[in-house]
Amino acid sequence: MSKLESKIPEGTIETKWSKYKSSVPLVNPANKRNLEILIVGSGLAGASAAASLAELGYKVKVFCFQDSPRRAHSIAAQGGINAAKNYQNDGDSVHRLFYDTIKGGDYRAREGNVHRLAEVSTAIIDQCVAQGVPFAREYGGLLSNRSFGGTQVQRTFYAAGQTGQQLLLGAYSALERQVGMGTVEMYNRHEMLDVVTIDGKARGLIVKNLITGELERFFGHAVLLCTGGYGNVFYLSTNAMGSNVTAAWRAHKQGAVMGNPCFTQIHPTCIPVSGDHQSKLTLMSESLRNDGRIWVPKKEGDNRSPVDIPEDERDYYLERRYPAFGNLVPRDVASRAAKERCDAGFGVGPSKMAVYLDFKFNMMRYGKVEATKMGLQNASDDEILRLGKEVIKEKYGNLFDMYKQITGENPYEMPMRIYPAVHYTMGGLWVDYELMTTVPGMYCLGEANFSDHGANRLGASALMQGLADGYFVIPYTIGSYLSKEIATKAIDTSHPAFVEAEGRVQKVMDQLLNIKGTKTVESFHKRLGKIMWDKCGMARNEKGLKEAIVEIQALRKEFWSDLRVPGTQHEFNPELDRAFRVADFLELGELMCIDALNRSESCGGHFREESQTEEGEALRDDNNYAYVAAWEYKGESQWELFKEDLKFENIKIAQRSYK
Amino acid sequence: MNWFTQTLNSTLGKKYVMGITGLFLMLFLVVHCGINALVFFPDDGELFNRAAHFMATNFFIRMGEVVLFLGIIWHVIQSAIVTRTNAKARPQGYAKFANSSPWYSRSMGLLGTLILIFLVIHLAHFWVKSRITGLEEVNYGSEKMEDLYIKMVETFSNLWVVIVYVVAMISLSYHLMHGFQSAFQTFGINHKKYTPLIQMIGMIYSIVLPLLFAAMPIVIYLRGY
Amino acid sequence: MEINLKVWKQKDAVSDGKLIDYKVSHVSPDMSFLEMFDVLNEELIVNDQEPIAFDHDCREGICGMCSMVIDGKPHGPLEGVTTCQLHMRSFKDGDTITVEPWRARAFPVIKDLVVDRTAFDRIIAAGGYISVNTGNAQDANCLPINKDDADDAFMSASCIGCGACVAACKNASAMLFVSAKVSQLAKLPQGQPERYTRVANMVAQMDKEGFGACTNTGACSAECPKEISLTNIAQLNRDYMQAKFLENA
Repeated sequence: MSKLESKIPEGTIETKWSKYKSSVPLVNPANKRNLEILIVGSGLAGASAAASLAELGYKVKVFCFQDSPRRAHSIAAQGGINAAKNYQNDGDSVHRLFYDTIKGGDYRAREGNVHRLAEVSTAIIDQCVAQGVPFAREYGGLLSNRSFGGTQVQRTFYAAGQTGQQLLLGAYSALERQVGMGTVEMYNRHEMLDVVTIDGKARGLIVKNLITGELERFFGHAVLLCTGGYGNVFYLSTNAMGSNVTAAWRAHKQGAVMGNPCFTQIHPTCIPVSGDHQSKLTLMSESLRNDGRIWVPKKEGDNRSPVDIPEDERDYYLERRYPAFGNLVPRDVASRAAKERCDAGFGVGPSKMAVYLDFKFNMMRYGKVEATKMGLQNASDDEILRLGKEVIKEKYGNLFDMYKQITGENPYEMPMRIYPAVHYTMGGLWVDYELMTTVPGMYCLGEANFSDHGANRLGASALMQGLADGYFVIPYTIGSYLSKEIATKAIDTSHPAFVEAEGRVQKVMDQLLNIKGTKTVESFHKRLGKIMWDKCGMARNEKGLKEAIVEIQALRKEFWSDLRVPGTQHEFNPELDRAFRVADFLELGELMCIDALNRSESCGGHFREESQTEEGEALRDDNNYAYVAAWEYKGESQWELFKEDLKFENIKIAQRSYK
Repeated sequence: MNWFTQTLNSTLGKKYVMGITGLFLMLFLVVHCGINALVFFPDDGELFNRAAHFMATNFFIRMGEVVLFLGIIWHVIQSAIVTRTNAKARPQGYAKFANSSPWYSRSMGLLGTLILIFLVIHLAHFWVKSRITGLEEVNYGSEKMEDLYIKMVETFSNLWVVIVYVVAMISLSYHLMHGFQSAFQTFGINHKKYTPLIQMIGMIYSIVLPLLFAAMPIVIYLRGY
Repeated sequence: MEINLKVWKQKDAVSDGKLIDYKVSHVSPDMSFLEMFDVLNEELIVNDQEPIAFDHDCREGICGMCSMVIDGKPHGPLEGVTTCQLHMRSFKDGDTITVEPWRARAFPVIKDLVVDRTAFDRIIAAGGYISVNTGNAQDANCLPINKDDADDAFMSASCIGCGACVAACKNASAMLFVSAKVSQLAKLPQGQPERYTRVANMVAQMDKEGFGACTNTGACSAECPKEISLTNIAQLNRDYMQAKFLENA
């Protein structure tokens, strides 16, 4: 099928990338100066790509909707970044990182891409350290590592609980350096609203200046979309309020196919919803599961305070169901187990949609160790508990404070209440080995593309992928396309294709402003989120997905007939910008349900209730679904499915088990 | 502009000027206070007058006096410039503002102005008389010198003068309370181990020195002729 | 709870603004301050009134986008907390709360509570980086760094660039922001080659943007949601002095 040419280089897995690099066509420096690249998004992928390409000599323009490129949501990543450095001498290698990532992704990612990711992971750490990223260090002055879910080695580099922030500020500083040197033009508070294609190639963008409301046209020889994930289709997620699918969706409607759109990661440990007013969810780091035990009461609808429920009336369901991994099962498994208990009526808290994450057991354990160290022979339980709390505070103090700030409850005295929440989307625009979408000249990097995480992303791999794509992949692969574009002169933005694209955007904008209905953007977004969460969330089934598709279509109709957007286009109007984004979510939601309906197997974060083992575990169907589902837009509610078969030549496929 | 004026014109450069002149003035205050404290010596001002005579006649000290005046003027002008730049940095003020810094740190301009007004009065009281218009003289053995002591006693016999001096010394105290540690911060001297010590010395300095100065008019007034 | 608000409304950078009274009913103590604004805006839109524009994004205290002066304090009454992490349980039923934008010449108002902070980007572009092109780096562990220095650099680097320091300073000075970046890089060996040109260029840009001069009142650090220390400013003062008087910067 010509539509999905993955362009994976020939050769053994270890040599594909090095061979590719040494044979990819180059663009000479004089020509680079005449080639313009437009980059949308300034997160890890966008900022690193912009800096690296500008260093090479290309003319770069970067757009972000925030007030500064440093605000991109990469900044909120807490845990860390993986790299196969093997500094700990614990048997890590490029191959192991490759293997863990493929397995963690439940065998739904491309081997060639993932191996390249593992290869370049080490250079990322070098680059970031050289930029002055203050990673955690040991007393000897060398870099410190910690372990994360789904691996048996310590390969995660981190900067306290703010790794994403530090990496982004590193990339941001590299970007600003180029801005200062005049090689990058930065457009803050500018949102991409459409892509311009000429003769089938991406040639420019229609961008809205969010301050003045003007639509602006930009020409580029190539366009890079680095616009992050679309978790906000669920309304409530750990994404930032502004995170959206608009750039990717506009590209999709202009011919770029979407890969595996239904693959969503639900993170098990988030602070539960406290009421209808809730606007977003906050993650509590995965690391808490090292010392917290998850439980619910054994009695249905038990309304006692957790501290009054005796030990033998508690159900430590993860330890019960998965004795080998216990509380440290992977994210998808832990999330589903929590949902199962709550759905069965054992949930806790005011909403009954939460489970306890209890630190008391380990506080006592640490307390006893401390008491022994201090030589206290007959320490009372209270004394031991006090000492244990100190240890917990040392390890997780900032997270405990954040929990207290948000819930008003003291987690040192009461167990935390947690519930899963949407966190990351593995799906995204389909790209080939060169990160190019099905529209020539249009690339997609980072979370916005579908490529490296299969059906489930491992902790600390998102930062790795964003930076790999931006620093070390795109600077090579873009040459393959641009080397053929050196004769292309800059196209004037009065070209009919620009006029047409701007017209498309203007039409939507006018429509949104002219409905003058009764309901706000937020009310539609909330309703869409509820449909998605209930029917295309942690567990999906055929009936629910079919209902969801009908409901979304109806909701979209209502949106276009009863929406109220205040103000005008030619002013700072965040409601209008939001309406644009929600309009796109309303289309994306439908495609996610269609994709989920098509994939009647369970894999990674995608759990189809029809496809499970007798014990209720996810059951993959490799005979029928070992492919990437890539959807081409054919008009409203119409998509054509293309399949890219996944071949596993270096890894033996096996069913995951954590019993 | 060459590098030097360019540096002094930067916001940091202006602060360096404030800091260096401030530190210099603080050093002067120590000398001034030390000599003046001789009035407490129970010898009807002889020791004090001798010291004052030395200060008034020594060539190097007279030269130092010129530098001192330049220091004061520079400190004052620079502060006026900094205050103006800073006012321009926020053309629209807050309708409601809750402060989170000590009041005297924010009121250096006001305190400084009070001190400047006092300085004019103070110079008129003593410096103009001693250096320009001349004072009564007194004989100690064969030596003849101006009787600054008796001038002090006269001046401080007026209750209003005493009150003005005391109020000025309170202003000075708060001005120094910020100025002392601020000067160290401006020159980048901020260290986990030593800053608490600097702050303590600064606090003692800013209380004890103005207290000693204020004690002079009070004691002389109470003692009477 | 019921909350009375006095909120700064300003059409654009050139128009005059003023405080407008609003009343928000049915406020839950579990709401964040920004969610209370969401509720208010929903009501305003439905009632055909103009919603209040305010900046926000991650709502978990790290992006630095939110920027409200609440009852005269940047990010509100709590210490070490951004506006998005402030919850309504910190207020009482019936309270009247005044909300204004960051106020500084270098941060012109775009609309209502939204200000333009691109001055910060320009300061970073003037020198807040280490010049290392992609691919130029040596192995990360070739350069051992004393743990205390690394930790100190991290503390400085935790600045979120929100601008509360400027908003809190009586002089609208950006010294805490600039010094945090200068010290982070000054404490690391990677930052040494450009150490003095960096500080000279960043200070020059800061002055050009029209921020005020630091007078060491300490309000910036007291109001900083990330509690960035004043020692950073001392470091900046020291490095600038060295840059200007001893080095060729």
